[in-house]
Amino acid sequence: MDIISMRSLSKDNVTSLIKLTEKIESGSISLDISGHLVALLFFEPSTRTAFSFDSAIKRLGGQTIIMQETKSSSVQKGESFADTIKTVSQYADAIVIRSAIEGAARFASEIVNIPVINAGDGANQHPTQTLLDLYTIKKQQKTVENRKVAIVGDLRYGRAVYSLVYGLAMFNAELYLISPEHLKIRAYVRHDLDKMGIKYHESEDISAVLDKVDVMYVTRIQRERFAGQYEYEKVKDSYQITRSMVESASLKNNFTLLHPLPRVNEITTDVDSLPCAHYFAQAKNGMYMRQAIIASLLGVV
Amino acid sequence: MIKELKVDAIKCGTVIDHIPPGKVFKVIDLLGIGENDQVMIGTNLSSPKHGRKDVIKIENRYLSIEEINSVSLVARSATISIIEDFKPCKKTKIEIPDVLKGILVCPNRHCVTNSEPVITVFDVEAKDPLSIRCRYCERVFGEEIGKANSL
Repeated sequence: MDIISMRSLSKDNVTSLIKLTEKIESGSISLDISGHLVALLFFEPSTRTAFSFDSAIKRLGGQTIIMQETKSSSVQKGESFADTIKTVSQYADAIVIRSAIEGAARFASEIVNIPVINAGDGANQHPTQTLLDLYTIKKQQKTVENRKVAIVGDLRYGRAVYSLVYGLAMFNAELYLISPEHLKIRAYVRHDLDKMGIKYHESEDISAVLDKVDVMYVTRIQRERFAGQYEYEKVKDSYQITRSMVESASLKNNFTLLHPLPRVNEITTDVDSLPCAHYFAQAKNGMYMRQAIIASLLGVV
Repeated sequence: MIKELKVDAIKCGTVIDHIPPGKVFKVIDLLGIGENDQVMIGTNLSSPKHGRKDVIKIENRYLSIEEINSVSLVARSATISIIEDFKPCKKTKIEIPDVLKGILVCPNRHCVTNSEPVITVFDVEAKDPLSIRCRYCERVFGEEIGKANSL
């Protein structure tokens, strides 16, 4: 089995990974993957995701080989992506791959006979991020089913967003998609949501939804998505969560504020100490979820 | 009778009729018809059914299902006749298959199929209007893909 896209996973797959993560975090199960070697191939730079996988594997007793970026690797010498993947598959028991090329992980999974995990492919999918997001929602909300979730920020280019939308759709979420007009989620995703019968609302205004939702998932709006500095400056502050905003809203009990990190200024740091802020815990949950994913794919569970 | 004068009958092979006007050259491209093939083409012929149409007759060549599928996006209204001894012995209407393999280029320039030696695969999610999803980058494309895209 591979983890390539939320669209290829079943609800059963997701639910059993969440259950296994719960057991790993609570310590009621102890898994051992010693003797296994996992290759972490990051064709695109990453700190958090690479560290998260690396620590997940090492905490299970496994070992890793890591390729960060491609400047010093054989890729720079002209070796094709396919050759790199095939060669590494001769050494490792599983491959974790991050690439700017969309569909790279799917292609990799077709040319090797060891499990492949997509750690982000361009603006397409980031399924392990979504799995840890769903786990965090389950933990904070006691259930993933029927949650009202706002997704805020860059909904057009963010892979975490695409994965998350399909992940939440499995659990019949009601979505509030909040973004500047030109960073709206792509039309085909809205069409998919319609086909799945998922209720969603689109808006440019965060404050109008703060008191409506169980979960708010904030993503970074990147400067390079704007034509110029002026357009960026005009928009960036209207997509910022501040302490006074959170405190003055009549939030739902158990309101959960999440962010895939890294954060720039989308959530001001004085929000961090509020009880609704769970984004650092979310990162820790990521390590547990990735332990569950790796152990399942290596067949040691 | 007049039509026969314009495009001769063939003894055996394949006739693709009712191709939308102007699309016959695209069909030639898609089928990879080369210098050694004996073909007759007609463009902008009058058609009682469609007003104008193109037609192509290929001598001594029988198209496979895959080849027929490959022209389905540009010539959806076309009909295929297999000819034996000057007579049509089998007539089929072109249908868009459920999966389009190796027929289209993915319009997403960030898709792996545009940078690695991968055969493109699109799952057809709806036929009218057309909606197809790239199996690699997972993006969905509509009617515009058949008009603008080529092998």
